[in-house]
Amino acid sequence: MHAESTKLIKDGLWNNNPALVQLLGLCPLLAVTNSFVNALGLGLVTTFVLVAANALVSLSRHHINSDVRLPTFVMIIAALVTIAELLMQAMTYELYQILGIFIPLIVTNCAILGRAEAYACKNNLGPAILDGLAMGIGFMLVLVLLGGLREMLGQGTLFADMHLIFGSLANNWQLTLIDDYQGFLFAILPPGAFIGMGLLIAAKNIIDGYMEQRHTVAPSSGESRRVRVTGTIS
Amino acid sequence: MIKQLLSSPHLHGGNRSQRIMLLVMLACLPGLAAQTYWFGYGTMINIIWAVGLGIALEAGVMHLRQRPIKPAISDGSVILTCVLLGLALPPHASWWLVGVGVLFAVVFAKHLYGGLGNNPFNPAMVGYALLLIAFPAAMTVWASPEQQLTFNQQWQWFWSQQGTIDGYTQATPLDAYKHLQGSTIHELRANNPGVIAYEQASWWISMAYLAGGLMLLALRVFTWHAPVAMLTSLGLLALLFGTGEPDLYASPTQHLTLGASLFAAFFIITDPVTSATSRRGKLIFGAGIGMLIYIIRTWGSYPDAVAFAVLLMNLSAPLIDQYTQPKVYGSNKN
Repeated sequence: MHAESTKLIKDGLWNNNPALVQLLGLCPLLAVTNSFVNALGLGLVTTFVLVAANALVSLSRHHINSDVRLPTFVMIIAALVTIAELLMQAMTYELYQILGIFIPLIVTNCAILGRAEAYACKNNLGPAILDGLAMGIGFMLVLVLLGGLREMLGQGTLFADMHLIFGSLANNWQLTLIDDYQGFLFAILPPGAFIGMGLLIAAKNIIDGYMEQRHTVAPSSGESRRVRVTGTIS
Repeated sequence: MIKQLLSSPHLHGGNRSQRIMLLVMLACLPGLAAQTYWFGYGTMINIIWAVGLGIALEAGVMHLRQRPIKPAISDGSVILTCVLLGLALPPHASWWLVGVGVLFAVVFAKHLYGGLGNNPFNPAMVGYALLLIAFPAAMTVWASPEQQLTFNQQWQWFWSQQGTIDGYTQATPLDAYKHLQGSTIHELRANNPGVIAYEQASWWISMAYLAGGLMLLALRVFTWHAPVAMLTSLGLLALLFGTGEPDLYASPTQHLTLGASLFAAFFIITDPVTSATSRRGKLIFGAGIGMLIYIIRTWGSYPDAVAFAVLLMNLSAPLIDQYTQPKVYGSNKN
């Protein structure tokens, strides 16, 4: 059980990250990551929906006819997104207005339906929640990273407007990295999202390649290996 | 993009890429001289900085890609890219503006697609389009032909942006004609002597590029198809709309000699890597660019349209190639 949990967490955060590896949910990912606060807002809502959807799907998996499971999953997700949307209207109305259409569009985020179909409908409640949490946080980290990078490049600030989520507590969180920065509009506009996302995926691949190299080189050094030449060569 | 050989390569013409790049750069010289004469030393400073930075970036990227550095630089392709970008940028650009453009042209548009010969988009135009999107304010202010900064002033402005250049800049005529605000083109010209002076400067610069382009044509660096098709389609469209309502639409002469029309026709769209390959393909490619330039200039929101038009047609070049592949001699008709 412990190994299973570790695997779930590792998969969600890195090895099978919904944004960097599965490339799911790219529409909101690319559209709202023009600032840190927008990215964090959408990331939190998506994580909430992902965890709740996994939990509900896992609980009801024995009662759902497998022929109609996909529409049922979508309805569960849609109900949860509606709850999240109403909550946002009540608590963070300004952010709700900024994110606009991308809140209802969480329903169509294939990462959520993907987890329901691939994991939650086959597993118990506990692992399903953990999977949803790991995947949600993995997705949110990429959102926040991309949002932060684009905000820094585009406006020269970080954590601007954080009061939209955290209220008056966060009034002076804004960091201005460069005074009287001209602004790199390209990073805020959609093409900046595509290029930034591409660079993040490239960075992940570089790190993976480096890790793999270290793994494979280390044991083979020093000892000679015998190569099997008879029987089936795999 | 893998180019198919469309004719039998029986004899080698001796046109190595190094020689072609050198010839194109030489052909830019009249245009550069004219731009310097009318708009001051800004263009020259742009080019010097762009070429220096471009070579450094090319060497850095080739090192990262673990490829030989020296051939990549000595073929001149990166230098030409930077020269073209430097010519296209406003004379009052600053070092970071040019720097960002070169970075995107060399690293993103060229090397991320696999280096020379593999880039689907014209690197100089990618750099230009990026700058236009990212820094619209800095990119739409052009130097005024009536007052010029001295070399020292220009040099200082380039590196530190100290001092003011307000008196030395103006909007280009193409930009002005787009924001007529109720007046006609005729009235606008009558009220703004600056626009007329600019048109004159632009005419001379265009003629200089035309001369350089004709020289390259005579040396058979490229064929006539793409430039002629582009200028014809742009001129015809301008004629069509211009004769109907000359008060609202610029005339064909204005469209051909203002902005970057002739520069693009001979130096940008003739890039062998990113344009269509066959002769019929080049005609379609050029005509498409001319048409898009007219459309974007007239109804779009940016003052000039060459970069976007070229990039859009770069995107369609492989498709054009597929449908204009010449038949092998003696093969069946279908």
